[in-house]
Amino acid sequence: MTEPSVPIGGQIPVEQGASAAPSVAPPGLTDATVEAGLEIKVRSQWDYARRRFLRHRLAMAGLIGLIILFGAGIFANYIAPYSFEQIDLNNILSPPTFAHNHFFGTDEIGRDYFSRVIYGIRTSEEVGVFVAVLSTFIGLVLGAIAGFYGGWIDNLLMRFTDLVLTLPFLAILLTAAALLGEGSQWRVSFILAVLFWTGTARVVRGIFLSLREKEYVEAAKAAGAGDMRIMFRHILPNTLGPVVVSGTLAVATAILIEAALSFLGFGIKPPTPSLGVLVAGGETNPQQWWLTVFPGLTIVLIVLCVNFVGDGLRDALDPTQRRVRA
Amino acid sequence: MLTYITRRILYSIPVLILSTFLSFVFISYAGNPTALLRQNPHFSAVTLRLMIHQQHLDKPVVVRYWYWVESVFTQKLGVSLQTFQPIWPDLVRTGGHTLQVIVISEVLALILGVAVGIFSAIRQYSFFDYTFTTISFLGFAMPTFWLALLLQILFVDIYLKWNVRIFYTSGLNNPGKGAWSIDRLQHIALPVMTLCIISFALYSRYMRASMLDVINTDYVRTARAKGMSEWHVIMRHVFRNALIPIATIAALNFGALLGGAIVTETVFSLDGIGYYFIQKLQNLDLYAVMGYLLITAIAIIVFNLIADILYGYLDPRIRYD
Amino acid sequence: MPDPILSIKNLAVEFKTDDGIVHAVDDITYDVFAGETLGIVGESGSGKSVSTMSILGLIPIPPGRIASGEAFFKGQDLLKLGKKELQRFRGDEVAMVFQDPMTSLNPVLTVGFQLDEAIKTHYPKESDDKVKARTIELLALVGVPNAAARYDQYPHEFSGGMRQRAMIAMSIANSPSLLIADEPTTALDVTIQAQVLEVMKTVQAATDAATILITHDLGIVAELCDRVIVMYGGRIVEEGDVHTIFAKPRHPYTIGLMDSLPKLTEDEEWLRPIPGQPPSLINRPPGCAFHPRCFLSQGRARCREEVPALEAMETPGHQAACHFGEELIGYRSKFSEPVTAGSDA
Repeated sequence: MTEPSVPIGGQIPVEQGASAAPSVAPPGLTDATVEAGLEIKVRSQWDYARRRFLRHRLAMAGLIGLIILFGAGIFANYIAPYSFEQIDLNNILSPPTFAHNHFFGTDEIGRDYFSRVIYGIRTSEEVGVFVAVLSTFIGLVLGAIAGFYGGWIDNLLMRFTDLVLTLPFLAILLTAAALLGEGSQWRVSFILAVLFWTGTARVVRGIFLSLREKEYVEAAKAAGAGDMRIMFRHILPNTLGPVVVSGTLAVATAILIEAALSFLGFGIKPPTPSLGVLVAGGETNPQQWWLTVFPGLTIVLIVLCVNFVGDGLRDALDPTQRRVRA
Repeated sequence: MLTYITRRILYSIPVLILSTFLSFVFISYAGNPTALLRQNPHFSAVTLRLMIHQQHLDKPVVVRYWYWVESVFTQKLGVSLQTFQPIWPDLVRTGGHTLQVIVISEVLALILGVAVGIFSAIRQYSFFDYTFTTISFLGFAMPTFWLALLLQILFVDIYLKWNVRIFYTSGLNNPGKGAWSIDRLQHIALPVMTLCIISFALYSRYMRASMLDVINTDYVRTARAKGMSEWHVIMRHVFRNALIPIATIAALNFGALLGGAIVTETVFSLDGIGYYFIQKLQNLDLYAVMGYLLITAIAIIVFNLIADILYGYLDPRIRYD
Repeated sequence: MPDPILSIKNLAVEFKTDDGIVHAVDDITYDVFAGETLGIVGESGSGKSVSTMSILGLIPIPPGRIASGEAFFKGQDLLKLGKKELQRFRGDEVAMVFQDPMTSLNPVLTVGFQLDEAIKTHYPKESDDKVKARTIELLALVGVPNAAARYDQYPHEFSGGMRQRAMIAMSIANSPSLLIADEPTTALDVTIQAQVLEVMKTVQAATDAATILITHDLGIVAELCDRVIVMYGGRIVEEGDVHTIFAKPRHPYTIGLMDSLPKLTEDEEWLRPIPGQPPSLINRPPGCAFHPRCFLSQGRARCREEVPALEAMETPGHQAACHFGEELIGYRSKFSEPVTAGSDA
């Protein structure tokens, strides 16, 4: 994936009746020559990617949505009108209202729901990003090693990822979370990351496998480059596109699964706020619709935005996929 | 073809052994059944030692695994450490219920998803296409438990406001009704809907993408160049080829469906294997949990096998793999 | 001169893309006569494939558009026909062979089935046995060994050369009056190329079909074609019978093409490619499409401003589109003398 070379349109003086060797004078890349269709503007790969992404309307909408939502999570302390545990027994189970700033109502012991949702967003985004980054990193390293060296290392990795695919995923996670999670946000995140990396690993391995046979790798080896250097400088950059895409989508999956775990009572446990726990609270009070709707809706919005952005990234960074938008 | 199938079956066995072994080791270390037994106030020290010996808890993990495997075949998965009831009958009963819900959901989702996918691809960028693309995106973003809860709340509301039961919101059926009665269908309608919507999003999207991929291939161009009508081209060349990746997706989705079953059964209080699992997990009833993991692992492997066979049938290139 | 089987007049095809409108084919006119083989030569992007595919309605119409022109096949304008009517011609009277045999056959259906389909689409009443017999006969004609056994095999069990033969068999199944072969050998090894060319010669001899052979390989043109059309930038730049074109090319692009080929019997030190890149079909330079790379132009204003029209040259039937074509009179390419065997090599 090197830069395309600047094409040259030159004039060739010639004697009549014979064809001559061209002597070429490269013209300047002026607008006139571009106009004449003689050259195309040279753009870098990242330029093209950026333009493709910006043109993707859904991705832009998703990006804006994410900025708002994640921003709310990050600045929860400033945005939330109450602390998420502040109890107000005068105001239990009140529906959404503008009075007292209880935009999302209150729960059964009078805690402000809007604040709880905001803090829940913060937890979700922490979990999502942590799991995505860690699992992507693990997947990248393992996939690179397996794909590059091949042989039994590769075999081992492939058998292992196959194995993970055949297990009941949620059940295993639930078991692990029940036994080791202890309701802690970071423990649960770690458990998720440990089981999430297989997807990235497969993709990375595929790329390394196909690229290590390419001529420029052989050339680099002949020039004396060591394995590490080849892996890093030559092959790794080609994985960044798909890795970024899969990492982004992993954020969405992580948030969804963590919410499910917490909803069932095995994931993050109170007092740490979690959108899944909030929805679970709604289960016991079906008449108070806001207890169920708001946190769930928030999850949906976050995941939608992440998916849109992921789709846009995939369009921008992996155009060979020819996957028509949505 | 037969060799292909046999090879796939033989390959699955070590996978099954390995996954159950790893699960067992993990649970034994992380869960520590000995400690659990100690916590039970009903046991005197002597009984405790007897129990530990009887359940082989004083032996190393690998040996224990072997006993467990033995129990799988001889004692039908042995006995729960908590309730001392046999595990197997419970698993069979609950497994049957879950299977009913899952199979109905999967079949519905496949039929609808494939149909919508085909139509979306043929009428790309139409209103129909955009509508269902939006629905798919929503389906992906929606947590299963939330959808289940919303449906439950909705129908509870309807009942409370207008006193008419369209669908039941909890339980498998009213007493005395059979497994395939209208009453049962009314009870499982909502969980089926939940699972179906989420699977539908997956299948319709992948079918659409697959159709679009196939429609742009060279061999479809050849078919057109032969003078075949567009309808024939789609039915004979596009449809069947586009269906091939769906077989793999459907198999992979089965594992996700089992997870979804855990959630829906919890929300709707269904006597299914997922609910059983959750309850046993809450009590840290480890052998029961192992029983669940074994059964579900086998189910997933069987489903993958079916999908592989189907794939081999649809795509002759694979048979010589 | 008998009437042409195919007569294309002023055909123009465009494609709408994000970056602008691509003028793939810009006002071309040519005829094809029964029994002859017409070669269309040009670089990638010169419009050679698009011109023939658009006649059969095989270009995707939303981004593509036939801007103008007519294509008379045995008197009927194919461009005015509806989809259903066009389907009757495709595969029956007008058949096409495509470039890449690896992907041109459906991998999940047997080769025999797909060839049968070619026949049954147009003759649905024929019995299955008759159709199968004909298919096996066709496979044998194109040189597929063990045709009866191969009938039940899948495409992945065929080699590349065999697949292309099967494709050729498919195209002649209904004895078309016009056969269009779009770069039939480009995707194949050189040795296989030779075999497939042999097959094409056999097929030409066996049927009386007119053939349009699209290629960028002048060697193939020399072997198989009676007349040649040279295309550049979506336009026809030279047209004539094959001997004349090779011996006395009258357009700088054609000359450039010939010159870039090494001649077996001469000592040459350097290969001489045509410098520069093919033009962007979106922002076309006004005037002659070739002038930025032309050795003859030398920056003359007329080349930059005016699109040259096809003008007759000395030999009848030979036309070239160059403002200064007269300056090339007397030029003889290195292929004007026949190659004598056993020369210094």
